Amino acid sequence: MSKSDRRGVTRRALFKGAGLAAASGAVLKPLEALAKEEGASGPRVQGPGAVKATLEVNGAKQTLEVEPRTTLLQALRLPLDLTGAKPVCDRGQCGACTVLLDGEPVYSCTVLAVEAEGRKVTTCEGLGTPENLHAVQQAFVDHDGAQCGFCTPGMVVACAYAVAKHGKDLTEAQAREATAGNLCRCGTYPHVLKAAVAAAKEG
Amino acid sequence: MARKVTYLAGIEGAERELTVEVHDLDADPWPLGAKLKYVGTEVPRLDGVAKVTGVAQFTQDVNLDKMAYAGEVIAPHAHAVVKSIDASAARAMPGVLAVRTSEGKRVTYAGSSVAAVCATSREVLADALAAIRVEYDVQPHAVTVEEALKDEVRVSPRRSNDTAGGRGGAMRRGNPDAALESAEVKVEAEYRTAIQTHSALEPHGSVVSIDKEGNATVWASTQATSGFAGGRLLRALELPRGRVRVITEHMGGGFGAKFGAQSWDVLCAEFAKETGRPVKYLLTRRSEHLVGGNRPDSIQKLTLGGTKDGTFTVLAGETWGTSGNGRGGAGCANFMGYTLPSVRMLQHTVSTFTARGAAFRAPRHPQGFFALEGAIDAFAAKAGLDPLAVRMKNDPHPVRQIQWKIGAERIGWKRNHRKVAGSDKGPVKRGVGCAAGRWSQAGRGNWSVDLTIDSSGHVIVMNGAQDLGTGTRTLLAICVAEELGIPPATIDVRVGDTRYPPGPGSGGSTTAPSLGPAAREAGLRAREALAALLGVEWKTDSEKVTLEDGVFKGPGGKKATFQEACGLIPDEGLRVRGTRRRNYDGYNRETAGCQFAEVAVDTETGVITVERVVAVHDAGRLVNTMASRSQVNGGVIQGISFALYEERQLDENLGDMVNPTFDTYKIMGMADCPQIDVVLTTVVSGFNSIGMMGLGEPATVPTAGAIASAVYNAIGVQVRQLPMTPARVLAALEGRQQ
Repeated sequence: MSKSDRRGVTRRALFKGAGLAAASGAVLKPLEALAKEEGASGPRVQGPGAVKATLEVNGAKQTLEVEPRTTLLQALRLPLDLTGAKPVCDRGQCGACTVLLDGEPVYSCTVLAVEAEGRKVTTCEGLGTPENLHAVQQAFVDHDGAQCGFCTPGMVVACAYAVAKHGKDLTEAQAREATAGNLCRCGTYPHVLKAAVAAAKEG
Repeated sequence: MARKVTYLAGIEGAERELTVEVHDLDADPWPLGAKLKYVGTEVPRLDGVAKVTGVAQFTQDVNLDKMAYAGEVIAPHAHAVVKSIDASAARAMPGVLAVRTSEGKRVTYAGSSVAAVCATSREVLADALAAIRVEYDVQPHAVTVEEALKDEVRVSPRRSNDTAGGRGGAMRRGNPDAALESAEVKVEAEYRTAIQTHSALEPHGSVVSIDKEGNATVWASTQATSGFAGGRLLRALELPRGRVRVITEHMGGGFGAKFGAQSWDVLCAEFAKETGRPVKYLLTRRSEHLVGGNRPDSIQKLTLGGTKDGTFTVLAGETWGTSGNGRGGAGCANFMGYTLPSVRMLQHTVSTFTARGAAFRAPRHPQGFFALEGAIDAFAAKAGLDPLAVRMKNDPHPVRQIQWKIGAERIGWKRNHRKVAGSDKGPVKRGVGCAAGRWSQAGRGNWSVDLTIDSSGHVIVMNGAQDLGTGTRTLLAICVAEELGIPPATIDVRVGDTRYPPGPGSGGSTTAPSLGPAAREAGLRAREALAALLGVEWKTDSEKVTLEDGVFKGPGGKKATFQEACGLIPDEGLRVRGTRRRNYDGYNRETAGCQFAEVAVDTETGVITVERVVAVHDAGRLVNTMASRSQVNGGVIQGISFALYEERQLDENLGDMVNPTFDTYKIMGMADCPQIDVVLTTVVSGFNSIGMMGLGEPATVPTAGAIASAVYNAIGVQVRQLPMTPARVLAALEGRQQ
């Protein structure tokens, strides 16, 4: 909760807001009342309409206009058109939407875009480009770490984090732990582990 | 028109000379031991870079100007009549473009659509769907085989449908009654497998866009671009095939459940027509589990009989499974692979109020081989024989005979197989086991691959078939590369688009052997075209121009690199087509495979840990050994997941699925993934000019059987129900199994 508080959104306010938005158009009064109830010094209530949020995505400042209920994942995919991170389970169970938030891996489907205000987001696209691959991306290509490719962007980000954290001594067990929250249906796991360890060695 | 070719085919150690009649235009088949530069090597997939950088565009990633979003309200009841629907609030919402309701509809499975909305944004769509109120008149239902069998007429949408292995009718051969009577060793047991959902990470769905001239472009997550651009979709769009383009640039997994356009794609097309906007609809994860297809479950009662020396004489049995409210499809391949002189098998597909099953990687096989291999283990134990020796004794396949030996060596059968099952001391017990697999797919269809080259040497290879992640793009490049003598990575392959020559639907491991030979021929035709240009340039007969090690050579020491030869191509470029013709008479119709597993079972908690799997497989001549290994890894991993974790749980009272999420419907994760040793045996199949066979399905056939066999060896008692959850392991240990 501490991070949410810092951004001025409470889980409670968000849930109330979202529920009301779904039920009727008359949402302003209860939210205002809620704000009062929380006290003038309490958390800032956002929405339910679109609000502005400025975040740094892959090194570039981006100002978005999104509804507070919009997840970071949704915002990255549209309007930002960074479609690497994938929506699969939409509830933090599969890891296909993994991105780095201030350098830490998160499931972007469980982070609100407004929560990322002022923070640094790195997606798979930000790690490397086709012309200039990140060591992990190159190793995924070399060791066939992708099959259908749908889980791949999340796997790549999770492995890049593991490589950054453990350096060239990254063990297979550490790579396994780093990707334990990333599901793959094609069965790339053995090759993903190989790729992560190889990328770490490459430095 | 035809010529005879005699060449060596099969596998080293069991090779055989084949004489085949090939079409004049066909390339000479490559014999066993042919020296090939690119075919049979490790080639990184051509689209790897696009996939690791997030550039690869899946249907889920398509965003178009003014694109609208479709979604559905789904029924939470297995059997009900829709009494009333109040969609007035949804219709009144700004941004809602269209609403459909199905008052009076009889719902026959949970997850069935009862109302649909098209809206300008995801947010409006979510609000509108949530604002639709539906009242149901709930009817009696049966959602499981056992419930349905109790009172079939009242609670099943259809009468049960008897099938043998999915083909219809009962299976009978030899003299099963007499053989059962005279069997010296006879075992009888019941095996069960659960319903497995496909759980592809990209859901089903499409994006439909109709341009101002009335041509439609459809991005679809499909295993069959050509098939998708067919009947149902065309009827919905009211357009001829030639005005509908289907694109599947990349697709996030299918495993058998994604062929033609389905109701949600039709909805998407109709909304696109109605609203004049592009419309996107991909299923939610919940719907994906509910209606996205599944592998039918099974109850298999088997009796296996034979002689004391371990020779099988008879298999008899009866099976039941449900494929939802569809007909057929719940058969089990439990009488295949081994020599079984007498068979009597009756298989029932039981109709229930659940969504339809679908083909799932090696339909009928993983469940069938789990039961058959279990019966074989029980038979070997009763006869006092080594279970591997019994398998080999009854195995007619020359390739699998070699594979059993390779696998046994790799797993350390002699050392690791417990002579007395369950004899390890302490609570954690180890064991090894094995199982066979089979498949049969040498490709089919007269598919064509187009190839263009320009004067800069840029080669483009085209076919409409989709790459499911199996590596079709790369495979086509390799087959062409071999004929042109240039590296596969330099070839540009375009697939997944109905603008290219039509390709096969990717089902039954058919794509690689169906397209590989066509690609090889396209490469050959291009080489001939270049040789003709060089012939003119060198003033010689083009047949005297040869290609060796990537260099064209002609009489009098003439030489030209591929690049130089391409320089002779006119500005307009050069276009050729390679076509696949009929299959030849091959070496063996059956693809062989076997797997060995080593497991540790904690007898206090019931937790099974798969420590190692050795997977020995044949897929004819392998084109890309790297992608082949990935395929086998995938088959093994899905097989372990099927054996240990996956089970669609239905609430019998509500008839709805209680675990339609990835934290409640478990698929295998990284933490559970064992060491997998993949051994690929090259077998020149003889059926086509390359000698290829398919590999996708066979790799998952033996896995569950091998693991169950290893568990039996570890704990001394069979766990006869999948998934082998800790509770079922403990029940088996305590003798509480059904």
